[in-house]
Amino acid sequence: MAAWLGDLYWTYQNVVVALGVNGLLALSMYVVLAAGQLSLGQAAFMGLGAYSSALMTLTLGWPFWIVLPASCVAPVAFALAVGGPTLRLSGVYLAIATIGLGEVLRAVYLNVDALGGALGLSGIPEQASPGVIFAVLAAALAVLWLVGRSGTGRAMEALREDATAAQAMGIDVGRVRLAVLVASAVLAGLAGALSAHATDFIGPNDFGFEPAVTILSFALLGGIGSPFGPVLGAWVLTLLPEVFRGFADLRLVLDGLVIVLAVLFLPRGLLAWRMPRKAA
Amino acid sequence: MLAQQLVNGILLGATYALFALGFTLMFGVLRVINLVYGFYFTAGAFVALWLTQAGFPLVLALPAAAVGAGAIAVVLDAVLLTRLRRTKADELSSLMVTLGAVLALYAGMAAWLGPDIRRLRPGLVGSGALDLWGLRVTVAQLLILAASGVLVGALLWLVRGTRLGLAIRAMAEKPDAAALMGINTAGLAATVSFISGALAGAGGVLIGLNFNAIHPYMGEQMMLRGFVVVIVGGLGDIFGALLAGLLLGVVEVLTAGYLASGLKEAVGFAILVAVLWTRPAGLFGRTDVRRA
Repeated sequence: MAAWLGDLYWTYQNVVVALGVNGLLALSMYVVLAAGQLSLGQAAFMGLGAYSSALMTLTLGWPFWIVLPASCVAPVAFALAVGGPTLRLSGVYLAIATIGLGEVLRAVYLNVDALGGALGLSGIPEQASPGVIFAVLAAALAVLWLVGRSGTGRAMEALREDATAAQAMGIDVGRVRLAVLVASAVLAGLAGALSAHATDFIGPNDFGFEPAVTILSFALLGGIGSPFGPVLGAWVLTLLPEVFRGFADLRLVLDGLVIVLAVLFLPRGLLAWRMPRKAA
Repeated sequence: MLAQQLVNGILLGATYALFALGFTLMFGVLRVINLVYGFYFTAGAFVALWLTQAGFPLVLALPAAAVGAGAIAVVLDAVLLTRLRRTKADELSSLMVTLGAVLALYAGMAAWLGPDIRRLRPGLVGSGALDLWGLRVTVAQLLILAASGVLVGALLWLVRGTRLGLAIRAMAEKPDAAALMGINTAGLAATVSFISGALAGAGGVLIGLNFNAIHPYMGEQMMLRGFVVVIVGGLGDIFGALLAGLLLGVVEVLTAGYLASGLKEAVGFAILVAVLWTRPAGLFGRTDVRRA
């Protein structure tokens, strides 16, 4: 096989994996935004999933079908510890606490030898094929679509529009917020485990401030009218830097500007279509 | 040994307090978690770096950096937040806008200047150390302490003791009512942005002096401390931020000294989470908790 063909395959496979993983991360952001919360801990939750799953595979030798679901445990635990107290407070507390979580975990990964320090963990077996990744993404989309159309989806939307009114209508605000935070941590944890087992290497800087903001840009570009919007946003922002290779340095500038412009001028995102619902 | 650690902690904490003051002022008055704040810090450090490289003394470079960062703050605040303020958008919208903007600014700056760490030219401040009752304090640390003290004192006087401060407090209380009382709230928002930006810029210079490492992302690394300080002190509470900053400095130094230096970020964050669980209004509990 010609060398260029092999190169092409590897490039192509990385992009395919990135599309699936970033789609999941966008959904992880979508569930919290859809309920009017802003968590910036997606990258941190992803990192917890990635590191914990890598350790389960490398040191405990567990099979991948146990590692994948188990990778949600650490992200959910941290989501509850950090997000739990903010559920009854204004949204800025959750946002601040979750950005802080990402920064702290980066410092922990860097300084703890068992986690590889600055070198990260490598040699993780590539057990997550693109097929597995996209199956998980499809399942997540299906679940979020069904939940979105259900009473819970209505409750989330009511909460996003006006939390006080939603509470007056009998929605348990704290419970919905806790549920979306846990769902978000699960999705991000899965994305982390899949990405760790698809690329064989994870490092402390993969899960810091920049990826956290990038994930927000996915959801805001696509719009949160339906779960498909964020996935579309993730795919556009994953493919653009691949097409315009020369501007790789400016990828983060683009992601940041997307957020600014989307909030100011495009509050419904690219895919402004909202999922249909039957009358109650 | 312990006394030396405490002194180091207080000196470090003074820089944290200085950094967090403008951030908490901005939130208290403008009701914006302005994450671009970290960029003002970086900008101040770079202005001072360039001026001192051009041969200006620090006495000139420090105020110039503060004014420069303040001017940048006024412009960015107007560009990013005017529209949201007019439509009375919620706090999360402004948080997201400033988050996106700050990433674009850091990344743009890193692409333009490169990510390398720059150093101020040696000899700007005396490199010696004083021996005070057996405690070692460097000249840079003393300068930071003095400058922080002056800036904090000036800010407290401005907010508590002047007509401008009265207007600022009125706007913090209720912007609409303040506007009805004849206060030019748009102009005041610009003034508050300028003051916060200038505080951040001055902080950037002083901390750049202390650690002698200036790079585009330095503001982002400081933000974590900023979050801890403003939440532990109570969002919007200037005096609380001051005390919480000193506290964080001492706790970090003691952790690094007696436990493990890799844990110092984690300890500050653990305090933040503990405060959120038990005293969300801040340790001193003087601000209203912003419940949803």
